Amino acid sequence: MINILEVKETNKMVSEENLDVRTITIGISLFDCMDSDLDKLNDNIFNKITTVAKDLVATGAKIEREFGIPIVNKRISVTPIAMIGACACHSPEDYVTIAKTLDRAAKTVGVNFLGGYSAIVSKGMTTQDEYLIRSIPEAMATTEFVCSSINVGSTKTGINMDAVKLMGQIVKETAEATKDQDSLGDAKLVVFCNAPDDNPFMAGAFHGVSEADAIINVGVSGPGVVKTALSHVRGESFEVLCETIKKTAFKITRVGQAVAKEASKMLGIPFGIIDLSLAPTPAIGDSVAGILEEIGLQRAGAPGTTAALALLNDQVKKGGIMASSYVGGLSGAFIPVSEDQGMIDAVNEGALTLEKLEAMTCVCSVGLDMVAIPGKTSAETISGIIADEMAIGMINQKTTAVRLIPVIGKDVGDVVEFGGLLGYAPIMPVNEFDCSAFVNRGGRIPAPVHSFKN
Amino acid sequence: MENKNRTIISVVGKDTVGIIAKVCTYLSDNGVNVLDISQTIVSGFFTMMMIVDTENASKSFDEIQKGLATLGEEIGVEIKAQKEEIFEMMHRI
Repeated sequence: MINILEVKETNKMVSEENLDVRTITIGISLFDCMDSDLDKLNDNIFNKITTVAKDLVATGAKIEREFGIPIVNKRISVTPIAMIGACACHSPEDYVTIAKTLDRAAKTVGVNFLGGYSAIVSKGMTTQDEYLIRSIPEAMATTEFVCSSINVGSTKTGINMDAVKLMGQIVKETAEATKDQDSLGDAKLVVFCNAPDDNPFMAGAFHGVSEADAIINVGVSGPGVVKTALSHVRGESFEVLCETIKKTAFKITRVGQAVAKEASKMLGIPFGIIDLSLAPTPAIGDSVAGILEEIGLQRAGAPGTTAALALLNDQVKKGGIMASSYVGGLSGAFIPVSEDQGMIDAVNEGALTLEKLEAMTCVCSVGLDMVAIPGKTSAETISGIIADEMAIGMINQKTTAVRLIPVIGKDVGDVVEFGGLLGYAPIMPVNEFDCSAFVNRGGRIPAPVHSFKN
Repeated sequence: MENKNRTIISVVGKDTVGIIAKVCTYLSDNGVNVLDISQTIVSGFFTMMMIVDTENASKSFDEIQKGLATLGEEIGVEIKAQKEEIFEMMHRI
C-alpha cells in the first residue's frame, strides 16, 4: 500500500520541482481528407481534426484533476501537409489556405499548437514539396498555432543540399515576414535530419506516414525533479550520480505512462509512445543547464559539458525505457536556449557559444534549438549551420534539428522576448566567414557508409 | 491498482483541533469509505494521508475533490484528492 512519504514525494515534485506532463499530442492522419478540389480538401481537414480532437482539451483537464499532475499542453500533429495537399495545391498560395484551415481547427478545439505543416524531402523535392516550403513564410506570418518542419536529410538517404540551401532562404524570409513580432515565425519552424514519425513535441511534431489513423503520444518533462534529486548526492561518484538520474527518470516517465494510458482510454484513441525527454521551461529551477551545473559545472558550456550531457541523456533513457511499454519520439535532453534560464545565463556570461552548443547536440536530442542570431546573418550562413547540424545527425544515426531565429533588426548584445514557453534569448554571435560557394554547389551529400566507425 | 476507485486524500497545514474529524465527517456524509489513515507532524506542520474508496460515493470525483478543497480553505489546510493509480505507477514496479 502507498505510504505517506511516497505521497509527499510525488506532490513535492509537482509543487516545488515543476514536475509536469509537457504535452498530450494526438496524431491524426489526414490521408482520408485528400481531394483534388482545394475547398473540399480544406473542409475535410477541418472536419476531421475538429471531430477526432474535440474532447482532447477537456480530457487533459480531467486527467490533470484526477492525478493532480499538471498537463501543460494539449496539441495535435497531422500527416505532412505537402503530401495531403499534393493533388489540390498548384502554388504556394494554395498551401497557405491549408495552413489557415489548420489554424482555425486548432483554435476551435482549443489546442495551443498544431504541427505537421511539413515536407519530407531528405532525398528529393517534388514540385508540391517545394510549393509548401516556399509557402512557409506567409503561412507562419498569417497563422498563430501552426508549426512547420522540413526533413532535409537522413542516415539512409544523405542530405538534400538543395533543400538545405532553400531552407536557409526560407528561414530568412520567415524572419522578415514576422519581423513585427521579433521574427517569431522562425520559432515555429524546424529543419530536421532523421525526423521521427511520432514526436509529440513542437515545433517538430508531425504524424508520420507509418502511423495509424489516430494515436496518443505523450511527452514528459521534469528537469527540476532531476536537479533536486542530484542536489542530494553532491560529491558522490559517477555510479551514484547515474543511479540517481535513472531512478528519477523512471518515476517521471511512469507519470507520463499513467497519463497516456488514461488519455487513450478516455478518448478511445490508441496509445502510441511516451517521449521521455527532459524539456526545460523558462521557469526558475526547470532547467537542463541547471542539471549540468548540479553535476559539477560552473555553467553550461564549461569544459566537461558534452560529457555531462552525454551521461545525463543516456541515464534518462535507461531509467525511462523501463518505465514505459513504448518509448519513441525524440527521447533525450532538450537544450533550447531561449526556453531554459540556465542556458540563457550561460550565453550571457560568455560560457556557451554556438560552436559548443553544436558539440552538445552530438550527444543529446535534438539540436540547435531556439537560438536567436543576428538578423543580418545571410541565408547562405544559415544554410551552412543547418548543413553542419544535419551532418551530425546523418553520421551519428540520430535526430538533429535546427530552429534558428535570425531576429531582424537585432544584433549581438540585444535580447529578444518571445513570451510564454518560448521564453527570451540573447542574440548569439555567428561565425561570419563565408560558406556560400559550398552551399551553392547544389545536389545531395551521399548517404554515409555504415561500417568502419571511427 | 486492483481498484480504480481508490483515492488518496492528503492534508497538509498548520495543526489545529479537529482536522481529522472534519475531513472524516465530510467523507462519511458523502458515502466515501476510509480504508487507511496515517498522519505525522513535520516541524509543526500537520500531514495526513488517507486511502479511501469512492465506489459508493454519492457525488462524483470532481465534486468530492472540490468539496474537500473548500473544506480545507475553511480549516486553513490544503486538502488534495488524487487517484491512487498515479502513486502506484510512480512508486511500484
